[in-house]
Amino acid sequence: MSETLAPEKEATVTVAVMNQLSTAKDVRAESPLHHAELDKLASRNPRAGGVSLRELKLLGHLTLRGSQQNQSFMNGCAEVLGVALPTLPLTSVEKGSVSIRWVSPDEWLVVLPADQAFEVERGLRAAIEGHYQVVNVSGGQTILELSGPNARDVLKKSTVLDVHPSQFPVGKVAGSVFAKSTALVRRSGEDTWELVVRRSFADYIWLWLQDASREYGLVIKH
Amino acid sequence: MLHIYCPHCCELREEEEFHAKGQAHIARPLDPDNCTDAEWGNYVFYRKNPRGLHHEIWYHSTGCRKFFNVTRDTQTYAIKEVYKIGEQPQVVAEG
Ligand SMILES: [Zn+2]
Repeated sequence: MSETLAPEKEATVTVAVMNQLSTAKDVRAESPLHHAELDKLASRNPRAGGVSLRELKLLGHLTLRGSQQNQSFMNGCAEVLGVALPTLPLTSVEKGSVSIRWVSPDEWLVVLPADQAFEVERGLRAAIEGHYQVVNVSGGQTILELSGPNARDVLKKSTVLDVHPSQFPVGKVAGSVFAKSTALVRRSGEDTWELVVRRSFADYIWLWLQDASREYGLVIKH
Repeated sequence: MLHIYCPHCCELREEEEFHAKGQAHIARPLDPDNCTDAEWGNYVFYRKNPRGLHHEIWYHSTGCRKFFNVTRDTQTYAIKEVYKIGEQPQVVAEG
């Protein structure tokens, strides 16, 4: 007798949701690049350079998974996040301090201020029915922002993506190879690019970016 | 380097972003407990190795992390078509 893996009836699952990003003053949070002391570097920087780097650190990152056919999922997300999930492949939306990146037809990455992550996660769980997933991955990754006239040149050395403006308009998102690691790349402005990188690869990518941007001059920003 | 169209990202990407996952359309026996050793062995180990058209599974590992099917000519490396899991190939070998 072979058994079916799909449950016959939608079971009610109770999930313990923890606030992973404590906003209490006495809890010290460290970004994956804490040891690089980017703030110190920023204060004794050269003023000019072709590439600027800034860590968009300690933000809330939520991975959402669900079917576009599940109305409750799509509506619940739109309602709680204040903006509909982008369904067009490789696109992103931004509203206020919340940005949503398309990752795959059934996966999105929501980035928002850390102190909103817990509320939003709870809101999503209350609003959505059926088969879906919300995971707070804030501790597992960080965002590096590259900007400046040579930011695109640094990307060209680092990834196999076609980052020509005709192929990579502002707002586009693409996951790809980045150096010998991976990154979710988003063009957030004319000369501004955001890399979502894994925590454990953050130091490697920081070292890689310093090397790759040396010839253009690297400016660290707060 | 192959230039592969991902049917989920809907654009051509470099081969480096993908992993090849071998022959496509291998049906798992419906009743594994009652398979003969030969049937189970064929399912687990035996694969086609054609010279010419081959249907393969590919995985967009650094992109959308979805699996999909590719019909590829193993002689010329030309990709004839890309189609989603659950779909059937349009380009098939003659005979
Ligand atoms: Zn893809």
